[in-house]
Amino acid sequence: MLFDKFQAMADFQTELSRRDVKPFGAITDKVISATEGVVQGRRVILAGTNNYLGLSYDPRCIEASQAAAAHWGTGTTGSRLANGSFAEHVALETEMADFYGVGQAIVFSTGYAATMGMCATVAGPDDVILLDADSHSSIYSGVKLSGAEIIRYRHSSPDDLAKRLRRLGDRAGRTLVIAEGIYSMLGDVAPLQEIAAIKREYGAYLLVDEAHSMGVLGETGRGAAQAAGIEDDVDFIVGTFSKSLGAVGGFAISRHAILDTIRYCIRAYIFTASSSPSVVASVRQALRIVREEPERRERLWDNAARLYHGLRELGLPVGPAVSPVVAVEFTDREQAIAAWYQLFKSGVYVNLVVPPASPSTNFLLRNSMSAAHTPQQIDRIITAYRALLDAGLATPRNAA
Amino acid sequence: MATFGKKAVNDNESGYQTYLAFLCELLQKHNRRQVAISESTGLVTDLGLSSLEVMELIEQTEDHFDISIPLNILPDVNTVSDLAQKIQQLRD
Repeated sequence: MLFDKFQAMADFQTELSRRDVKPFGAITDKVISATEGVVQGRRVILAGTNNYLGLSYDPRCIEASQAAAAHWGTGTTGSRLANGSFAEHVALETEMADFYGVGQAIVFSTGYAATMGMCATVAGPDDVILLDADSHSSIYSGVKLSGAEIIRYRHSSPDDLAKRLRRLGDRAGRTLVIAEGIYSMLGDVAPLQEIAAIKREYGAYLLVDEAHSMGVLGETGRGAAQAAGIEDDVDFIVGTFSKSLGAVGGFAISRHAILDTIRYCIRAYIFTASSSPSVVASVRQALRIVREEPERRERLWDNAARLYHGLRELGLPVGPAVSPVVAVEFTDREQAIAAWYQLFKSGVYVNLVVPPASPSTNFLLRNSMSAAHTPQQIDRIITAYRALLDAGLATPRNAA
Repeated sequence: MATFGKKAVNDNESGYQTYLAFLCELLQKHNRRQVAISESTGLVTDLGLSSLEVMELIEQTEDHFDISIPLNILPDVNTVSDLAQKIQQLRD
């Protein structure tokens, strides 16, 4: 039957429905601040958001958004190619291009649309796409639509990437390599210097998804490519406004002038309504803050280090290095769900990630740090994890 | 059972039967259901491989034969035979 394929998910839903609060789609009743809210009646520390710089509640962004809504109305009611390109969108594109020091930028309605749209369009039939095995769903969705030959390379493995480019022979020059700056599940940073060197050697093209690294890494916050010093090797950068910039929307930038032509070929850009001007205005303000307040990045990394080291000292299986995304791995499904629920009851809201969304057969409790978290909040999160260990709801790494 | 180390696979031995035998041996590691693995064995339907296990199988096959198997062909791969044929196409 048509619906048979949904049965496994339906069974999982039924299982979760026996609990008071579902880890997927829990309803936020109230947002108190960038780091606190009320979720299904319980006041919690928000440790599952991607609000890296804490800008979702910045009064300057809110004010800009309110003013734009009053000026432009609530929505554009059309696509960028029809009636939906307002001066706000064009101004943001100019500012994004300036921020990255390139000539071209495109603003999309969501980060997913930006990444999917670019991955679906830049390479096409007769071309090859080499993507990291742990790429985000938006990348997989996009490349599937491209018509290109799609080949995976092992996660963050320059050697495997080089091997696959070698196998392509002359076709390497028609190949788009895709990597992410920070990988969203485990928070690890791509080895972009090595990837860029290989890309150069084989004459391929490189697209970097900076969704989790824009505003987070790099001297001026441009992301992992800037931090690695390889921006000149990157042909396209895509990213989102829904993380460090605290709103919604996405972007693509390039040093190639052709991006302004590619824009007219991206279905996810052409056939969807453009961003609400109030959202665009808040993003413009947030971008100004990113440029003017680098100390936010410092606070973010201080907070990330505090949580990472705190959880690691408890013996919990976290990633190999400090990152704003701190994931605790679980091998046991029931334990992971119970741990998520216990954290929630103790006032800490994190994200539960289950396979195949996680990069292995493991389950994750994914914590995302913000510059707006206080040391006291982070210590409360660590205390809540310690209680998990005491209750046998988490397993130390050396006992796993 | 014969071994299929990298050195054993050369131009003379290459061919559908070589790929088939290699896959059958490799799949024994994933044979939780203890089925008799043959050409017609379904990777998911009979062996119950997860998507991660399928990708692990693909990576090991790629390394062994020094090929890259495009994701595009995977929707057409249901059985051991299907995968052996795809490897042959990629190597020929």
